[in-house]
Amino acid sequence: MTRPIPTRRALLAAAAGLGLSVSFVGRAAFADDGLARKKLITVIARGAMDGLAVSPPVGDPAYAALRGRIAIPAEAALPLDATFGLHPSLAGVHALAKAGQARIAPAIASPDRARSHFEAQDVLETGAGGAYATDSGFLNRALNAGGGRRIEALSVGATAPLILRGPIQTGSWSPGAAGEGSPRLPAILTDLYAGDPVLAPAFAKGLETEAMAATAQAGMNAMAAPAETGGGTPAFIRRGVAVANGLGRNVAGFLTQPGGPQIVALSVDGWDTHANQGGAEGQLANRLLYLDALLTGLNEGLGAAWADTIIVVATEFGRTARVNGTGGTDHGTGSTAIVLGGGLKPGGIIGDWPTLADNALFEGRDTRPTVDMRGLFKGVLADHMGLDRRALDSAVFPGSAAVAPVSGLV
Amino acid sequence: MASSNDLNAAIAVTRFGLGARPGEIAAVAADPQGWLRRQIRPAGADQPQANPESGAQRLSAFRDYQLQRRRAREGDADPVQVVTGLVRRAIDADFLARARLAATTPAGFRERWHMFWANHFTVSGSKVITATVVGPFEQEAIRPRVFGRFEDLLIASSAHPAMLVYLDQAQSAGPNSPAAAYLRRRPQVQGGGGLNENLAREILELHTVGVDGGYSQADVTEFARALTGWSIGGRRESADKQGLFLFRPQIHEPGHRAVMGRVYDPDGVNQGLAILRDLAARPATARHICGKIARHFVADDPPSALIARLEAAWMASGGDLGRVAEALVTAPEAWDPAPRKLKTPYEFLISSWRAVGGQPAALEHLAPALTAMGQRPFWAPSPKGWPDDAQTWAAPDALIKRMTWAEGFSAIVAGELDPNVVAAGALGARISDPVRKAVARAESREEALSILLLSPEFQRR
Repeated sequence: MTRPIPTRRALLAAAAGLGLSVSFVGRAAFADDGLARKKLITVIARGAMDGLAVSPPVGDPAYAALRGRIAIPAEAALPLDATFGLHPSLAGVHALAKAGQARIAPAIASPDRARSHFEAQDVLETGAGGAYATDSGFLNRALNAGGGRRIEALSVGATAPLILRGPIQTGSWSPGAAGEGSPRLPAILTDLYAGDPVLAPAFAKGLETEAMAATAQAGMNAMAAPAETGGGTPAFIRRGVAVANGLGRNVAGFLTQPGGPQIVALSVDGWDTHANQGGAEGQLANRLLYLDALLTGLNEGLGAAWADTIIVVATEFGRTARVNGTGGTDHGTGSTAIVLGGGLKPGGIIGDWPTLADNALFEGRDTRPTVDMRGLFKGVLADHMGLDRRALDSAVFPGSAAVAPVSGLV
Repeated sequence: MASSNDLNAAIAVTRFGLGARPGEIAAVAADPQGWLRRQIRPAGADQPQANPESGAQRLSAFRDYQLQRRRAREGDADPVQVVTGLVRRAIDADFLARARLAATTPAGFRERWHMFWANHFTVSGSKVITATVVGPFEQEAIRPRVFGRFEDLLIASSAHPAMLVYLDQAQSAGPNSPAAAYLRRRPQVQGGGGLNENLAREILELHTVGVDGGYSQADVTEFARALTGWSIGGRRESADKQGLFLFRPQIHEPGHRAVMGRVYDPDGVNQGLAILRDLAARPATARHICGKIARHFVADDPPSALIARLEAAWMASGGDLGRVAEALVTAPEAWDPAPRKLKTPYEFLISSWRAVGGQPAALEHLAPALTAMGQRPFWAPSPKGWPDDAQTWAAPDALIKRMTWAEGFSAIVAGELDPNVVAAGALGARISDPVRKAVARAESREEALSILLLSPEFQRR
């Protein structure tokens, strides 16, 4: 039928696009144990990002045949090791990987196996062992796991992401300045909302964040404009890349403020590539260009703070190993997570690679997961953010004592 | 002292309806429940436009555009910009007409009932080609059937070209179909000849039995095989078929299908229809959707007695949605005076216009604000549709955006309005003393109107 046209979404990031929602959690009140400087950014790729396109296992003997016309050619992949490369759109991530500051977990999944976006995002964001088990996000509950350190949260984006919802009121912000209205109105509304369990805390947080946003915006404007991609690229892609890079820098502007957040949660959507996903070029390749630009923008904007930062890019599940009948891929299981940051220890892939051999595929169709997503986040929250291990096993990821943290990342 | 009918009138108009226009609450106070019941009718919801462009016309226009683009394609053509005009005109006409209907209708419950079903069977413009057919989809598949049998609504939605495009069904082909065999003999031809599970999965998970409805991956795949061939007439078909549902036997997967424990004989298009009918009749479907209705109309965490009541009406009537609507508006649990639903951005804007007796004159009066608050017109984030809970919409930033919009709106419309009269008309007996006083003591009409629109009781329903 139709050749897919990139959605306008990416180009409208300033308003609604890229599905950007950023959240920050935590500023430490305890000085100088080093933990107060640590930063964690989570990027959720909503819609089920295709791990076999993000980090194609071009050295796996089964890869090319399973993928058919959407396979990334070995010569086009950006090499990581004998088995894996990165998608050619991820040049920024690849440069970091070469410097030991980016690694992949190519067979990772949450405990959910239902292949439903909504159920799997629920499990990923709540950190629970099954769907719809709790109403709060694991990053919200992680706020209480810092041994008494005071922690706060912000989401940037028009709606509140589940990963940050919970008993602790989190802030939120999205681009677009508040108007020059009646100076009395915020105070009057604060009075009228008093005692309202939903509106009172959210409104108070919103007012607080407006002030911080102004500072972050000023910081961003002071930076140099991002470099544009080359002249052979269509204008709409160049614009999308510039917008994504700007968003990364803008978020970095929040993080680097004195008293700014320590943990940021951000999401990028548009990964549900059932049809015409493309290979080295095409629909998914463009999405990955934007993701790369976002991550590069964060890296550039953070400056010296990069050394204290870990970024985790994760998705709710992966996609089928085989290309489907419409040049896309259907809902699968294992996918790739990317871990980046100046605080990362260099190393190979995170977790084992089960291979794509026929008898290794999960239920005969998907990448078999070898790493539990909760283990990755537990490792980062414990070793990088200094959160309490027992709290991680119970309150943050309920009933997960048997899920070992991925250690040795930092 | 407000009588219980005064309070019930305010609840009827603001909770079940879309907010009160001036004088509306007083007018229904004689019989609030009867006012709601009289809005239920076999003909379905109102149509926002008298002679709108059809989905088929829109799809043809889009294909013409694609053809031109392919011919004229060179250099740095920006497909997004080129298509903007097309999408823009479609949304302009359809979304504005829909909002004007919502802002002015005397049958607000009927329109809200439609909004529920349009969201249940979401087609989102996030796929560009579908952006031009969301309006026609609502008008052709949903509106005429919202008080009919669920089975008919489900089939109309599943077979509408907008849904077939949105969830990738139109190209899905059976691996053992005649067309696939033909293509295998010609390996130089790329594309075609394969299954796409997207629509089958979302019908099960979102439209019918729900994620806990007891189906497996094998059921999804089998259902997807049964649906192969559900497609859309293209340029090679005669003009009267273009852009309309078309069953293509040559890509239909032959053979029996087993879905959720039942076996379906090979029967062309009827095989998929039979599965849809069985899904519509399952108790899990009634349970899943009645829970959603209760959450939409009453509370994020609704009383289980209410859900049970709706389910009973559904099962007793064979999924007659008029009977379910009747059960809803006559359920005592639905009339709890405490307003527990936070308005979505669209509901907030529409009810604001209703409160002042106005209506939006241009899409610019709606789209930027809705986008900023997280509800871009015809652009639901996923096939699951817009969220329906306070946790999502009461993000701190969204409340600031609501305040900003309310101030701008008030500055434009306050004019000669008496804010005390507007407040009484908009909330009736639901207004609280603190809000009544804050409106009365405001320094200007603009400030008073902003306070009313942002008050806790106006933000809720």
